[in-house]
Amino acid sequence: MTSATSPVVRSASERRRAGSLAWHVGALLVLAVVLYPVVWVLGASFKPSKDIIASLDLLPAKPVWANFSGLADGISGISVGSFFTNSLLYAVLAVVGVVLSSSLTAYAFAKIRFAGRNLLFTLMIGTLLLPYHVLLIPQYVLFRNLGYIDTLVPLVAGKFLATEAFFVFLMVQFMRGLPRELDEAAKLDGCGHLRTYWSIVLPLSRPALITSAIFTFINAWNDFMGPLIYLNTPSKYTVSLGLMMFRDQEGISNYGSMIAMSLVALVPVIAFFMAFQRYLIDGMATSGLKG
Amino acid sequence: MTLVKEAPVRPAKKRSAAPAAGRRGRRRENLAGYLFMSPWIAGFLLLTAGPMIASLYYAFTSYNLFTPPKWVGLDNFTTMFQDPRWQKSVEVTLKYVVVATPLKLLLALGVALLLAQKRRGQALYRAAFYMPSLIGASVSVGFVWRALFSDDAVVDRTQKVFGVDVGGWIGNPDYVLYSLVALSIWQFGAPMVIFLAGLKQVPQELYEAAEMDGAGPLRRFWNITLPMISPVLFFNVLLESIHAFQVFGSAYVVSDTRCGPADATLVYTCYLYQKGFKEAQMGFASAMAWTLVVAVALVTAVLFWSQKKWVHYEEAAK
Repeated sequence: MTSATSPVVRSASERRRAGSLAWHVGALLVLAVVLYPVVWVLGASFKPSKDIIASLDLLPAKPVWANFSGLADGISGISVGSFFTNSLLYAVLAVVGVVLSSSLTAYAFAKIRFAGRNLLFTLMIGTLLLPYHVLLIPQYVLFRNLGYIDTLVPLVAGKFLATEAFFVFLMVQFMRGLPRELDEAAKLDGCGHLRTYWSIVLPLSRPALITSAIFTFINAWNDFMGPLIYLNTPSKYTVSLGLMMFRDQEGISNYGSMIAMSLVALVPVIAFFMAFQRYLIDGMATSGLKG
Repeated sequence: MTLVKEAPVRPAKKRSAAPAAGRRGRRRENLAGYLFMSPWIAGFLLLTAGPMIASLYYAFTSYNLFTPPKWVGLDNFTTMFQDPRWQKSVEVTLKYVVVATPLKLLLALGVALLLAQKRRGQALYRAAFYMPSLIGASVSVGFVWRALFSDDAVVDRTQKVFGVDVGGWIGNPDYVLYSLVALSIWQFGAPMVIFLAGLKQVPQELYEAAEMDGAGPLRRFWNITLPMISPVLFFNVLLESIHAFQVFGSAYVVSDTRCGPADATLVYTCYLYQKGFKEAQMGFASAMAWTLVVAVALVTAVLFWSQKKWVHYEEAAK
């Protein structure tokens, strides 16, 4: 760093070391606050139910397994695994839908010159700012009239129809950055758009596709309002709703299992995050910069 | 790149020699464009534009899902504006937006400035700070928050050490909203990453020149950093305040599905959900939704207007 090279040469290295120490102390302080809730839930899941609120210790004095083994009983006759299967199905369908439909749409915006492109692009960006709640009620009425209440269809239909403008935008930005020469060469070689899309643009857009896929998975996994509105049968519930069932039916008496399941429910998100954090963070950063 | 080798074996007659040129080529490009976009077009018409028109219509009707909508003119709006719970929900939401958004962005900017310095372990810190932005939306974290802020739990006891006893934030109507604010601030990672990306774009020469001229750190921040990252700041303010207006899940989970106690966390969308899906007043809920759209549009418009005054765009932007 050039800015660290102070004109006062004498104590420069000393000052740098002190600055570095202060920096790490500051960063670690923020880190402690940020990670506290995560460590807390990890510790609490091994505490006896009665200690979870009452005990001030971050980690259990004597770890117990009861909270996790209690999960095996399920809730109201529904196994915890069923919630996870439902969430997984929802998340996987959402990922397939978003990646397919958004990449097709993004290709059109980024690589095809067609009449009305700019107008449609503006409309697409406009939907980014539109509060989702204005669509909530008519969409519910629509899916109800079509007989899709209590199915996954209302939750994933939008993903297959590229309604998640954020991902379309992300992919457009990425595809615009690909060298023009490539698709021009493909065109000279007689490739149609479908070929160019599938064999050139799509493979090269892998970072943008992975970012969108992981964000979509995590959003679907965390989704609460969608399942809350559309799913009625407990056997079709996702993890979010399953967690709410724990709260409703067991109350404070089984706090332990609720916290244990909360932790288990976080595992996929944290695992995905650890594996793909570079893509996720860079994806977030580019979306802000070029916005 | 494998494609370049696979030369087309199609009969030349089927396509003109120079497809890009000419009316036929242009027509074909248009067709291709619309075909590729067809999922989005279908989605836009069916799930965005269509529903918008429908909800605009519902807003002027009395509709309970079971009998056809009945036109009532402006009744929903007049009832809404006089409804004390609606007024309360507006008050709660505004308080949330006005308190949570600036604090979150301040922390995000502060940490971004910290992380912009080249130090060991910087990438690790960045990842750790970003994580809450992804898990924060889950019901799990809502439960954790309930546990941390309830009576006699960690936050409460820590406060008692300092002689402040409020009986837990969750059960206290004066405090419970601030537990949601804390949850929102905790998710400062997303705007932080955007700030960081913006800070990286600031040319180092500017700082060097300023330092030569004897400008201290505060002056350099105020006169260089802040103007240079103002477009990113603008983006974050816009996005975060729009999100804050629409908060739902955390309010619903943390305050035990009733958005209380005493409607203390009755955020706008929570009331909308209660009206629409608990009381089946779809007309009223649609009127509420459109009022939210107008409010968000107004905030967006004001921010875009104020942009001229404080957002500094480089003339020769890359």
